Amino acid sequence: MTESTFSRKDLIGVLTFAALILVVLPMALDPFRLNLVGKYLTYGFVALGLVLSWGDAGILSLGQGIFFGLGGYCMAMFLKLEASTPAATKIQSTPGIPDFMDWNQLTALPWFWRPFHSLAFTIAAVPLVPALLAFVIGLAMFKRRVGGTYFAIITQAIAAILTILIIGQQGYTGGVNGITDLRTLLGWDIRTDHAKLVLYFISGGLLIACLVAAQTVRRSKLGRILLAMREREDRVRFSGYDVANFKIFVFCVAAALAGIGGAMFTLQVGFMSPSFVGIVPSIELVIFAAVGGRSSLLGALYGTLLVNWAKTTFSEDLPQLWLLAMGAMFIAVVVLFPNGLAGLVQDRLAPLLARLRPQRPELQQVAPAAVDASNQGVAR
Amino acid sequence: MTEPADFLLAVEGLSVSFDGFKAVDDLSFYVDANEIRVIIGPNGAGKTTVLDLICGRTRASAGSVRFRGRELTRLKEHQIVQAGVGRKFQTPSIYEELTVFENLEISFPRGRSVFGALAFRRDEAVRERVREIASLIFLEPMLGERAEALSHGQKQWLEIGMLLIQDPALLMLDEPVAGMSVSERRKTAELLRRVLRDRAVLVIEHDMGFVEDIAHRVTVLHQGRVLSEGSMQHVKADPKVVEVYLGH
Repeated sequence: MTESTFSRKDLIGVLTFAALILVVLPMALDPFRLNLVGKYLTYGFVALGLVLSWGDAGILSLGQGIFFGLGGYCMAMFLKLEASTPAATKIQSTPGIPDFMDWNQLTALPWFWRPFHSLAFTIAAVPLVPALLAFVIGLAMFKRRVGGTYFAIITQAIAAILTILIIGQQGYTGGVNGITDLRTLLGWDIRTDHAKLVLYFISGGLLIACLVAAQTVRRSKLGRILLAMREREDRVRFSGYDVANFKIFVFCVAAALAGIGGAMFTLQVGFMSPSFVGIVPSIELVIFAAVGGRSSLLGALYGTLLVNWAKTTFSEDLPQLWLLAMGAMFIAVVVLFPNGLAGLVQDRLAPLLARLRPQRPELQQVAPAAVDASNQGVAR
Repeated sequence: MTEPADFLLAVEGLSVSFDGFKAVDDLSFYVDANEIRVIIGPNGAGKTTVLDLICGRTRASAGSVRFRGRELTRLKEHQIVQAGVGRKFQTPSIYEELTVFENLEISFPRGRSVFGALAFRRDEAVRERVREIASLIFLEPMLGERAEALSHGQKQWLEIGMLLIQDPALLMLDEPVAGMSVSERRKTAELLRRVLRDRAVLVIEHDMGFVEDIAHRVTVLHQGRVLSEGSMQHVKADPKVVEVYLGH
C-alpha cells in the first residue's frame, strides 16, 4: 500500500495536455488564433481553483471574477506605470501619472499605486491580493458557518460591489474603460507577435505548473478531507478538524489561482477592465468548469478551452445565438451530465474502452490499494 | 488536576431549550473512568440532545460539562474531540466516496491543521494502526473498497473504528446496533466489549437485551431529567421507570 502522489494515469493526462497546448496548438494555429487560445488558458487557472473549491470542497463561488480581476488589475497597474513615464506623458497637466488620472484632475499618484512601480511587488501581489481578500471573506463567512447558496449569493454581491466601485472611482481605477494602452514589460514590447508567442508559452507553462500543484493538493490528505467535508461536514468536525480553516484555505488557493490567470490575461490581451470582474463573467467562469467537469482538473481545463472556442466561433458567425447556446449548454450540464465532459468520458467511454481491450494479466495482480488509487485517478 | 472527585465526566445543572421547550432540564450525572453507562428513555426524553451538548454540537443555555477537569461547554467541537471525546452518530456517518482505509486514515489523530494535513504522509505507523483497527472492526479484507459498498452494519462498525483510531477517553455511541441484523448485533456486542476496556463509554440504546449485556450503570431520562439511575436490576425494578418507559 504505497501512497503515490501521482499515478501513471495522472502523469499521462498532464503530459497529453502539455503536449496539446505547448506543441500541437502552437504548430497548428496562426498567431491571432494562438493568442486567443492564450486568453482561454488564463480562464483555465480559474477553472483549476473552481475544481478544488467547488468540485472537491463543495464551495460554490459565483464571484471568481473578483479574484481574476484583482490579479489582472495588479499586473495592469504595473504596466500602466511603466507606460506613463514623464517623457511619454509630457502633454498632461501632471506628467508621470497614468493618463486617466490626469483626465480626472488627479495631481499625484495615489498611495496604493506606488508599490506597483516594482515588478517584484507586483508579482507577489498578483496571487496575494486576491488570496488576502478571499481570506477576509472566508473568515467572515466560514467561521460563522455560512455556506451553500448563501455563500454563492454573497460572492456574487461582492462581485457586483467591486464592479461598481471600480467604475465609480474613475480617477483611481480607469473606470469603465479599465486600464488600457499597456505597452512594455521592463522595456520589452508586449504587443508584438513574438512577445505574444512568448507570453503564450509562459502562460501555458504556468498553467501546467498550477495543474501539477493542484493535483498535489488533491492527492494529499487535505484533498481527501475536502471530499469528506463536502459529504459529511459534521463527521469531519467531530474527527477533530476545524472545518472552517480548510474551507478558508481552499478558497484562498482558488483566489490565488484566479489572480495568476488575471495577470496573464492582462499581459496577453493588453488591458484590464471591470467587464471581467462582475457577475456575468464570474458565472461564465463557473460554466467553463461545469461543462468540463467540476470534479476533474483536466476535464475543467478542456471544458474551458472548448466552451471558449465555441464562444468565439459562434460570436463570429451567429453572435445573437451565443447567449442562448451557452444557456442551453449549462442546462444540459446540470440536467443531463452533472459531472461534465469528464464524467461523460469516465462513465460512458471508459467502460466501452475497457470492454474492447483484452484483459491484461498483470492488471489482476495489482494490490487493492493500487487499484483504488487508479480508480481515483479516473474519478478525478 | 485539582478536581477532588475523580469523575471522568461531570455533567451538572445542564439545560437547553428550543423555542421555549426544555429539551434538557437541569440535568446532572457523573461518569467514572472505564465505566460503561447506558442512557435509556422514551422518545423525546432528550437522550441525543445530551450527547449533542457534551460534544458541542448544541450549546447549553445553562450548566457545565467537565471532562477530566476541563470545562467543555466553552470549547469548539474539534477542540472537544482533541480533548478526548469521540462521538458516533445515530445514522452511519462515514465518507461514502472514500475507501475504508481513507476513512480510517482521516480519523487518525495526526495532521489535523491545514498545513499538517498537507504535509501528512502515510507512513508505517499510520498503516499499522489502520490495519489494527480494521481487523478489530471485521473490515480488514475491505480496506481498499469504497465505503459506499459496505452493508449497513459494516458502516456502523466503520464509524466505530473511526472513533477508536482517535483513542478517545470517552466514547459516545448513539444507538450503535439500530438497524442491525441479529448476527451483526451479536458481533457488535462482542466488538464493543473488546474495545470498551480502558475507556469510558456513554451509550444510547433501545435494545434492552443489548443494554443488559453491556451496561455497568443505566441512566433513565424522562422529559429532559433523570428519572432513575443505577444498575439495570435497580432501574428495572423502579416503579417510575416501569410506568413511563419499560411498562409500555
